Amino acid sequence: MMQTSIRLFTIALILATGLLFVPASEAEELSRAAMLSASCEGCHGTYGRSPGVIPPIAGKSADYLRETLERFRSGDTNSTVMGRHAKGYSEDEIRLIAEYFSKQSEQ
Amino acid sequence: MSRITRRDFVYSVGALGATTSVLGWPALGQAKATGGRVVVIGGGFGGASCARYLRRLSTDIEVTLVERNSTFTTCPFSNAVLGGLYDMDFITHDYKALRDDHGVKVVHDSAVDVDPDARTVHLADGASLEYDRLVVSPGIDIRWRAIEGYDEAASKTMPHAWKAGKQTTILQKQLEAMPDGGVVIIAAPPNPFRCPPGPYERASLIAHYLKHNKPRSKILIFDAKPKFSKQPLFEQGWQALYPGIIEWISEEEGGAIEGVDVNANTIIPTFGERQRGDVVNVIPPQKAGTIAEVAGLTDDNGWCPIDQRTFESRQQKDVHVIGDAAIATPMPKSGFAASSQGKVCATAIVASLSGQDMPEPSLVNTCYSLVGPDYGISVAAVYRLGDDGIVAVEGAGGVSPKEADAGFRVAESRYAVGWYQSITADIWG
Repeated sequence: MMQTSIRLFTIALILATGLLFVPASEAEELSRAAMLSASCEGCHGTYGRSPGVIPPIAGKSADYLRETLERFRSGDTNSTVMGRHAKGYSEDEIRLIAEYFSKQSEQ
Repeated sequence: MSRITRRDFVYSVGALGATTSVLGWPALGQAKATGGRVVVIGGGFGGASCARYLRRLSTDIEVTLVERNSTFTTCPFSNAVLGGLYDMDFITHDYKALRDDHGVKVVHDSAVDVDPDARTVHLADGASLEYDRLVVSPGIDIRWRAIEGYDEAASKTMPHAWKAGKQTTILQKQLEAMPDGGVVIIAAPPNPFRCPPGPYERASLIAHYLKHNKPRSKILIFDAKPKFSKQPLFEQGWQALYPGIIEWISEEEGGAIEGVDVNANTIIPTFGERQRGDVVNVIPPQKAGTIAEVAGLTDDNGWCPIDQRTFESRQQKDVHVIGDAAIATPMPKSGFAASSQGKVCATAIVASLSGQDMPEPSLVNTCYSLVGPDYGISVAAVYRLGDDGIVAVEGAGGVSPKEADAGFRVAESRYAVGWYQSITADIWG
């Protein structure tokens, strides 16, 4: 009897606050690619899904992202700030970043 | 019907997170966390980023974010509020998504003490939180009386507005009440301080407001420094948009102030004439947020020495410091830098708690300043770990080009807004 009332109390409390455990989603692995890409998300949005005028990069092809970053880095493509960023990464790092965002869904 | 044990009950209550102290069993809410317990103090750019990334990198870690306010008002874009471009709602964010979508337990209370030996944080309401790792991200506090006569009471009359919120509104109302032809004084602090381009963006956007509403008015920047961030770009922008409105008085010209006369709305420079203003915005010298000092994390200068790879304090084990409070030079004390550090710190903590290798840190800073609504400038840098700590990658980063056309400035003003929307969604969205 006592146990039942505790349980009801607990359930009522959880329902009242609406604070159920968030279903465990797949945690992301620690990786060099994720570490490098975390920096990009500050401007291009979480997982590259930009909510504003900065171009989204989630789900673009890895080749497109890599080539675009390479052209920013070389100056072949004019940019406001991307040239200044792209020069901070090696060819290998640019490849990791491009692959990371290519694997993210657009939504 | 299975029996519910007291242990199960505690576990269920644990799901309630912040409300456990209401039940009078303060520490019980933390009974189970297979991947460890992390407490984050401060829900700003650094702390909220770190909390969110900890959960993104490990759903087994219990993350409790302690933040005294129910909403967070960002310093970025607070100058745009002063300029009349946005309202306070635009720069105010809540913790609903962190709590409901990202599984962060959010406790709206003040952390008043840390016991590093017992690995416990004490809250103002009497409850305590145990941790395996603590992240301290308290931002800055003002050094009251570093400028003679400038204390907390004085800031009601001469707002600093260097923590956004009520202070921003005081300054905004003073600007609105000021007569046309009035003088606005901005006293800019010595290095290091939060947001190096901030005082100059503020002057720019106040000038925008005055130009359109009180065009005979002037802005005097009294500066404790001989030079400032993005200086050539700001001066070029002021010449283009606000000729004759903004005057910058450098340290050598008597720009450093040593006192204020609050009743006379007057600043007292270290040498030269006193200056009365119709609106006086004093941005005083700063230090790490008080809890950092209380927790024994600060050095003699009031900032927190850290291992620049993991952001772990050099003074307390298992305690990390990120954001404005940390000594992360050469990174500036900016919201973007704090967020970047929060992500690296989260990676370091997950690696440590789960026995994995930490990937090599990579950090970035990107700061836009609006000189006007259609005139943006930026500074960027990419950082990695060198032999002696964080270093900026040579050949990368830097400020917007001085020789750029109007289209470039317009583009950067639009990207400034996009930057704000992205980073705030990445943290609080």
